[in-house]
Amino acid sequence: MRLLKELTFATALTAAALYNMAPAEAHHAMIGDLMIEHPWSRETTANADVAAGFMSITNNGKEDDKLIKATAEISDTVQLHSMKIENDVMTMFEMKDGIVIPAGQTVDLKPKSLHVMFMNIKAHPKMGDEFKGTLTFEKAGTVEVEFAVEAADAGME
Amino acid sequence: MRRIHALRMGILGLAAILAASLAVLYFQTGEERHKLVSLADIGGPFRLASSNGGVVDSKELKGKPYGVFFGFTHCPEVCPTTLYEMTKALTAIGDRGKDFRLFFITVDPERDTAAMLKDYLSNFDPRIEALVPTPDELTRVAKEFRAIYEKVPGSDGEYTMNHTATVYLMNREGKLASTISYDETPENRIAKLGQLLTREWLWV
Repeated sequence: MRLLKELTFATALTAAALYNMAPAEAHHAMIGDLMIEHPWSRETTANADVAAGFMSITNNGKEDDKLIKATAEISDTVQLHSMKIENDVMTMFEMKDGIVIPAGQTVDLKPKSLHVMFMNIKAHPKMGDEFKGTLTFEKAGTVEVEFAVEAADAGME
Repeated sequence: MRRIHALRMGILGLAAILAASLAVLYFQTGEERHKLVSLADIGGPFRLASSNGGVVDSKELKGKPYGVFFGFTHCPEVCPTTLYEMTKALTAIGDRGKDFRLFFITVDPERDTAAMLKDYLSNFDPRIEALVPTPDELTRVAKEFRAIYEKVPGSDGEYTMNHTATVYLMNREGKLASTISYDETPENRIAKLGQLLTREWLWV
């Protein structure tokens, strides 16, 4: 009987935790065969000039698509970048031809990897804020997204 | 009697194994020590303009440990994250590191001015200050630290910089004590910083 009570309590706690997490974790956008999950950005300091945006893009279609453009209300110049760290040297380069989203696959834009780069940012949203943006794909077209702003050290695993 | 003998042999055997392991450990540390000697060549003398006004001369830093990081303000990830993580580590270290200074050397003197850098750093720990080299001074100081930097042109007339993401921890003699890599865990950052400062304290 006691075990049952404890189990019920634990389940309730888990459910509550999941429910609380839902608004931040589950936000997504869809266009055509593409699903964009959890677009997010890190909180920046008041004097930062740049910020980066991250997300997962899943292509459920039978043809490859390509992310070719991004916009954001906090910046007039948004670029698609890739970054890698080798021997503790950071190398960053613009993905001028876009980021291919292969059919049936998920591409993660994440710290230390692919990202959307917001240049000369006009606003510095704080943790918990959201800001609007768009993503344009070669085939699927343009979709509106909301970037959730997370902690300055989010995604450092 | 026999049992005691067996016990003695056992203890002797254990002692022998212990001695052998210690010997192996000793020689390994010896090698490591040798490696550190060559690493100590990293980080040389510098005299650069500071975002806090005036110049910082590495000669005047004698007796006080310090850190060096190469970065730039138009840096989307590595620089703000490192500054944020180092701010957290410095806060954790507290007064133990009250004389510690972390120098953020800009690899983008074309865009980064002392005033901009001061502004940029005002949100981080006050022990972090920027050094603003001229292009020639940058070439020299990067060479001293074996640091790499490179301009990467992008579209829209913008450009970005590739650069070494290591935090160099220098001891009171101005020699490299250890490094903190970008992937370092917060615990390791604090531990390495603490080790640098504690060791310094023991040598006083």
